[in-house]
Amino acid sequence: MSDLLFFTEVTLAGLGSGALLALTALAFVLIYKATRVINLAVGEMLMLGGYLFFAFAAGLGLPAFAAIPLAVAGGGLVGAIVERGLIRPMLGENPISVFMVTIGLGSVLVGLVELVWGTDPRALPAFMGTTPVFIGEAYVSRKIAIAFVVAAVVIAVFLTLFRFWRGGVALRATATDQAAAYSCGINVPGVFSLAWIVGCGTAAGAGVLLGSIGGISPAMGVFGLSALVVVIVGGLDSVAGALVGGLVIGLIEAWAGTYLGGEYKLVTTFGLLLVALMIRPYGLFGTTEIERL
Amino acid sequence: MAADILLDINNIEVVYNKTVQVLRGLSLSVERGKIVTLLGSNGAGKSTTLKAVSNLLTLENGAVTAGAIRFDGDDISRLTPHGLVRRGLFHVMEGRRIFEDLTVEENLTAATFALSGRGLKPTSFDLVYQYFPRLFERRQGRAGYLSGGEQQMLAIGRALIAQPSLILLDEPSLGLSPVLVEEIFTIIASINRDLGVSMLLVEQNAAVAFAVSHYGYIMETGKIVLDGPSERLVKDDDVREFYLGASGGEGTKSYRDIKHYKRRKRWLS
Repeated sequence: MSDLLFFTEVTLAGLGSGALLALTALAFVLIYKATRVINLAVGEMLMLGGYLFFAFAAGLGLPAFAAIPLAVAGGGLVGAIVERGLIRPMLGENPISVFMVTIGLGSVLVGLVELVWGTDPRALPAFMGTTPVFIGEAYVSRKIAIAFVVAAVVIAVFLTLFRFWRGGVALRATATDQAAAYSCGINVPGVFSLAWIVGCGTAAGAGVLLGSIGGISPAMGVFGLSALVVVIVGGLDSVAGALVGGLVIGLIEAWAGTYLGGEYKLVTTFGLLLVALMIRPYGLFGTTEIERL
Repeated sequence: MAADILLDINNIEVVYNKTVQVLRGLSLSVERGKIVTLLGSNGAGKSTTLKAVSNLLTLENGAVTAGAIRFDGDDISRLTPHGLVRRGLFHVMEGRRIFEDLTVEENLTAATFALSGRGLKPTSFDLVYQYFPRLFERRQGRAGYLSGGEQQMLAIGRALIAQPSLILLDEPSLGLSPVLVEEIFTIIASINRDLGVSMLLVEQNAAVAFAVSHYGYIMETGKIVLDGPSERLVKDDDVREFYLGASGGEGTKSYRDIKHYKRRKRWLS
């Protein structure tokens, strides 16, 4: 019986980190959907979000309810600047060049954060409380439970927007055919900017959640790589794929880490990636069209 | 001319990739409320002309290097492609270019962005379904699964939603059966009649284009070689021979004689 309880707890923790993966994956998907750019700096945007929150909450002493929106807005602002300054002039160039630009951007962000805040890991000010949550008898850390709920709500909101909001139609239209989107009167550059702002803001928000669970450090952007696995498994252009992929990868990492040992975590994750790509090269939910990179 | 000119293309040149010149001093104009057709063989630059007007050339690395295009009195070179659409110039592109992943209804919703900032009453989708009842039956289905004819109807339907004063139509007959071509052109003519929308129609199918248009231009290798009211062009010997497939009536001629010699003599020299 206690085995079952333990399994449930591991599963719940896995779902929690899976929800965070899904939220980060959403940032990849949003930006890729609109601009066909794989933004490898999503992980670093996430880290920057954590540090921005740290600066507002610990540095300026703002309460969490003010610091969180400021961190998200800060992420969005950086996204807007990057899109206007680096990505838009590169549109139409070789996808690999754009891809490399985002890699370079990631390194620059890490460097800037190290210059300002140093390389030591830090803990974020606690704002969620520590009383554990019990689901039935199973114990869940309060932070993970909150992260799960927030991620689930945000993803649900995005799914709804894409389906029912006119702007969601504009984004999907732009993703399908840029010239045709222009010809329908859609402000295509505006859609690009919006996707980057919302995508980077989402990543920054995920960074606040992740940082409050595990602390922040300049190297936490590596989390973005796991999220990249999620989007490749789920489909680069699918919000639903990001959700399902995130939960699946989170669960598998938790199970493999607990029952097989920590060293199996990455092996199983990337093994799964290989298998998934062999069966469905465009991702589980992705559009059947392969981007050549 | 005292006529009310909606679109005026004056002596434009278009160059792709800064190297390939496609248009060499092309001029034409569209009167308000009229259908004007632009005919020419493959590679003459018909689609390029339309893209120059709708400012979509930049997406393909092309640029207007000389001349001017005025729409409704304004120089278009300073306007963005979507800005032009929002002023009432709608380009129905070659190959239909519908959003295949979206439903029929969402395709029409996408076109409502053309109304942004114009203070117009939103077009009811019923207007589109009135002209194209078949789209109504399939409004919840994915547009990619529509037949070629239905996709063309959807492409024209998007234009209707945008309430334009000028529609640029690029080869609406492409890949359609003769029956469908006739159906689509009947509707094009009635849209022009009912709503007073002007159209600039690019076609390879000269017979059907002359049937609906008021005025015609014929272009070859980047410029206009002949123009006139459609009823006069239909009777023109060269047009009949090269575009309408009528035989000269003087027995068999060598292909080379007709195609090259006569054309050079009459139009280019």
